[in-house]
Amino acid sequence: MTDVKMTVNGKERSGSVEGRTLLVNFLRDDLRLTGTHVGCDTSQCGACVVHVNGKAVKACTMLAAEADGAEVATIEGMANADGSLGVIQQAFQDHHGLQCGFCTPGMVMSAAALLAENANPTEQEIREYLEGNICRCTGYHNIVKAIQAAAANGSAVAAE
Amino acid sequence: MYNFEFAKPGSVADAVSALGEDEAQALGGGQTLIPTLKQRLASPSTLVSLTGIADMVGISDAGGVMTIGGATTHAAVAAGGGAYPALAAMASHIGDPAVRNRGTVGGSLANNDPSACYPCGALASGATIVTNAREIAADDYFQGMFTTALEEGEIVTSVKFPIPERANYQKFVQPASRFALVGVMVAKHADGVRVAVTGASEGGVFRWTEAEEALNGNYSADAIDGLNASADGMIGDMHGTPEYRAHLIKVLTKRAVAAS
Amino acid sequence: MPKDNGIGASSKRREDVRFLTGKGQYTDDINVYGQTYVHFLRSDVAHGQINGIDTTAAAAMPGVVRIFTGADFEGIGGLPCGWQVTDRHGEAMQEPGHPVLCQGKARHVGDPIAAVVAESAEEARDAAAAIEVDMTELPAVIDMAAALAEGSTKVHDDLTSNLCYDWGFVEENKAAVDEAIAGAHHVTTLELTNQRLVANPMEPRVALGDYNAANEEHTLYTTSQNPHVIRLLMGAFVLGIPEHKLRVVAPDVGGGFGTKIFHYAEEAFCTFAAKAVGRPVKWTSSRSEAFMSDAHGRDHVTKIDLAMDENGKFLAVRTDTMANMGAYLSTFAPSVPTWLHGTLMAGNYTTPLIYVNVKAVFTNTVPVDAYRGAGRPEATYQLERVIDKAAREMGIDPIELRRRNFIQPDQYPYATPVAVEYDTGNYEATMAKLEEIGDIAGFAARRAESEARGKLRGFGVNCYIEACGIAPSNLVGQLGARAGLYDAATVRVNATGSISVMVGAHSHGQGHETTFPQVVAEMLGIDESMIDIVHGDSSKIPFGMGTYGSRSLAVCGSAMVRATEKIINKAKKIAAHLMEAAEGDVELANGQFTVAGTDKSVAWGDVTLAAYVPHNYPLEDIEPGLEETAFYDPANFTYPAGAYCCEVEVDPDTGKVEIMSFAAADDFGNVINPMIVEGQVHGGLAQGIGQALLENCVYDENGQLLSGSYMDYAMPRADDVPCYVVDHSCATPCTHNPLGVKGCGEAGAIGSPPSVVNAVIDALHSGGHTHVTHIDMPVSPSRVWQAVHGG
Repeated sequence: MTDVKMTVNGKERSGSVEGRTLLVNFLRDDLRLTGTHVGCDTSQCGACVVHVNGKAVKACTMLAAEADGAEVATIEGMANADGSLGVIQQAFQDHHGLQCGFCTPGMVMSAAALLAENANPTEQEIREYLEGNICRCTGYHNIVKAIQAAAANGSAVAAE
Repeated sequence: MYNFEFAKPGSVADAVSALGEDEAQALGGGQTLIPTLKQRLASPSTLVSLTGIADMVGISDAGGVMTIGGATTHAAVAAGGGAYPALAAMASHIGDPAVRNRGTVGGSLANNDPSACYPCGALASGATIVTNAREIAADDYFQGMFTTALEEGEIVTSVKFPIPERANYQKFVQPASRFALVGVMVAKHADGVRVAVTGASEGGVFRWTEAEEALNGNYSADAIDGLNASADGMIGDMHGTPEYRAHLIKVLTKRAVAAS
Repeated sequence: MPKDNGIGASSKRREDVRFLTGKGQYTDDINVYGQTYVHFLRSDVAHGQINGIDTTAAAAMPGVVRIFTGADFEGIGGLPCGWQVTDRHGEAMQEPGHPVLCQGKARHVGDPIAAVVAESAEEARDAAAAIEVDMTELPAVIDMAAALAEGSTKVHDDLTSNLCYDWGFVEENKAAVDEAIAGAHHVTTLELTNQRLVANPMEPRVALGDYNAANEEHTLYTTSQNPHVIRLLMGAFVLGIPEHKLRVVAPDVGGGFGTKIFHYAEEAFCTFAAKAVGRPVKWTSSRSEAFMSDAHGRDHVTKIDLAMDENGKFLAVRTDTMANMGAYLSTFAPSVPTWLHGTLMAGNYTTPLIYVNVKAVFTNTVPVDAYRGAGRPEATYQLERVIDKAAREMGIDPIELRRRNFIQPDQYPYATPVAVEYDTGNYEATMAKLEEIGDIAGFAARRAESEARGKLRGFGVNCYIEACGIAPSNLVGQLGARAGLYDAATVRVNATGSISVMVGAHSHGQGHETTFPQVVAEMLGIDESMIDIVHGDSSKIPFGMGTYGSRSLAVCGSAMVRATEKIINKAKKIAAHLMEAAEGDVELANGQFTVAGTDKSVAWGDVTLAAYVPHNYPLEDIEPGLEETAFYDPANFTYPAGAYCCEVEVDPDTGKVEIMSFAAADDFGNVINPMIVEGQVHGGLAQGIGQALLENCVYDENGQLLSGSYMDYAMPRADDVPCYVVDHSCATPCTHNPLGVKGCGEAGAIGSPPSVVNAVIDALHSGGHTHVTHIDMPVSPSRVWQAVHGG
């Protein structure tokens, strides 16, 4: 077992993990942050996307031990301080960018990473950036609209 | 996954030492290795992470050669590989953004997936793979699907990419995995053209020498018109027959020349 | 100004807040104290005789609680099939057993042979690898034609063959259809495959069984679209648990698309094992495991003939299909190629003579059952593809050919020759709307622009009709259903006027928590925020049949309307008492009860309070309280219909197809929440485009699954699909349910594949490749290239 310590959504968290413990398992099982989901085992669906040191990564394809000392941000940390929805989250609700909600945490985290890199992406840039996030419900139309709307509302500042 | 010990050394020497343990295995960004471990297709005793070795991260450019640390991510190359735009563009289309934030040059080259992009980039560039022990020319390094010249415990510490005069990488994606169904990189160097092909062959990445010869005489897409890549030894699967892959090699080579 | 409340408002979804903040409660997010984890050891061969299983070494592995094999389930019921089809000779279908764990034989890759219950999921998997199975691999039957051949290896030794049933519909029409085809001016024939798909909801399946020995109560948390159906099937037919001792909870469910309708072995196992080991037992599927254990969809091989007169008037349709059942009969599998498929072969047209033959076949593959559309996409695809081919052969514009054959608005109710009666519709209206929103007139200019860039541009169009709102119970009972297909709702008005509505439908993406309150709010004239929906827990909701077949609003919503009407009737009695007025004079509007012609009024909340604090109350006439339940059994199916079109660009060098635009004009009848309806269409279109261009579930000849992960099964991604243009303004309300709604959940997936393929063929013809008359789905780059170049 390896001891790990990391900052998750601004709070110091620690635990003891096996070598094989994935970051997503540490978040879900040890920290009970169940908003980060697992939708595949080949690193493609993106339901598990979180930010590690400000970068979007697939938490199902990173060992928890690799995140020792890192700053981790998950969907649970994306709301405003008063608990209201952040700009991207609000845009997803306003534009019906989610249905069953299972891919949604990963979509929001990827959208936040995109807007942090590129505050005004084109439709094509949004679609290409979401290459690693699969949604089976929405047909992507409203996800694209939501991200465009979030960009228009200057979400980049609220992304982290 | 079978369980394993985890080690994260801070230097190449410590990593080499850790990899000397029985059944120890190096871990780059893990974007291929971790899914493989999930399928229980490997059972290392210890995974030695290379991501904590500062010496193995970074991009430098000198004397017409771009050198990339083995633990440098695809995202970093995409963003910082401006000295070799074709290679940076190639890196910017590997996997997806989250994969690019973890996956590394060294990891890709050590794995040598037959559909990966970096082996193609390295071979077309005439790159030199630098390990903790030696330097290996790309032409000697790739030895077939998932097989390289690396010895047990040897680490790709950096890769030296000679910067061509002109180059372009064309990737035709396999629609599910988003790896290359076929990928072709054409690089025009001062001493000749190199054409490397990934995704197509059962033998892994290879050079299409007939195309190189034709392009050495006439560097234009038309020079390829009279050629046909052979379907012998090409991969046939649910995504494409050997004949289709052979056809794509030609189409993509022409496009790469035109776009270079 | 658009409405902001009630029917017709695009109310924002209230469920979104929990999903967007990571507070959704999916089954895998539930953990019960003391829980154990199960890993299933699954067959790695398609067909094998199990000679023995040695669990000795595995049982000694760290963390192992208990190992189960088929022997532990001897005498326990198998998984039941919910629909019995009668074949064309009047015989019942062949119905094999479907054990929870393999009994002596494994019949597909993924068939569960043993189950390890351990302290952790990884320990369970570690131990499963140590189980020694002595198995003799047997020849596998994968191809349907080979499975039907004389002397084929049988999937089930106790059946006479691999033929489940040979269904003829309508059998009495067969001779007349054959005669009409033989004598027709022109017959267009098309052979095609509707390929096997995997539904792939993003949430893999999960089951968590718990048992309370003190009161002998079982609880199953499961990723289901219909918890009461699971409770009925598992309790009554598999495990013998009476309903009052079995609670089934389907909390937030991450998409279903049909594949979470069915009762699965893992649900029965976790429920059974929790009692056997005395601790909760949890199973979480990996995606790889899902590919070999979730029921698959489609997998039809079809030949269709369309006979026409010299004007293109359709005279007869004859279609022969082999439908793959897989190794066992999944819950509703037999109904899909028959009653959900053959009954739709009239499409939107007046074809007078139709004969449908379906041979359902057992093979050594994962069972096949309903997937979004279920039978109706298969009907639509073959009909709309053969019409497209016929238009080309006859030299008639494909839209004009369809128009010549449309059922006309004055023909409703329209009885088709395949046993259904369309209550209403207007196919010319949706086609005209499509021409407008799809800018069909501008296609030639767009094609020229594409050609200037070296691309071939094609236009494809099709119509569709589906039968939704399943279904009248007495009718489906005659057709072989072993369940009623009504639904139920309980409206519980609380003392202060807020309302909980308990519904049998289940929401796993459809937004019921938002739309159902819109209906009740409209009826009562109160704000939506006063109403909450309760669903997904058999201990809280009335016995309803769940969500599939685009039925939730049409059936369960109708039950909710009926229950709300009962509430209004009772509330008016109370209000009449409070206002000392005659009940017949009381009106309810905007949350106020008034008496016509007076200034008397009493607020909604005053009436509800009186119902629960009945100090001044007509106790001699009515009971206190304000809670009503209604069950609703529909009088007919509903018939959503529409017209779709697609434009593609084909790269002639690589064969790659790109969707340039997609437009959909639908008639869903009345619409409660336009935003949600459009979202449902978008999602269906992506799945239909996915089927047309990308998705394919492929076995090799030995029954190994070649597309067993997202590395080979191509899911549509954001850059594979366009922004869609959708319209639902051509509404002809359903005539037989109180809301006039038809259902919108499956339309996109049903209606889109033919347009895409029609467009590809059109593009290739524009490039001179006129020998290409058909390409099977998925229309992948390699298939296009091969079709053009041979080879």
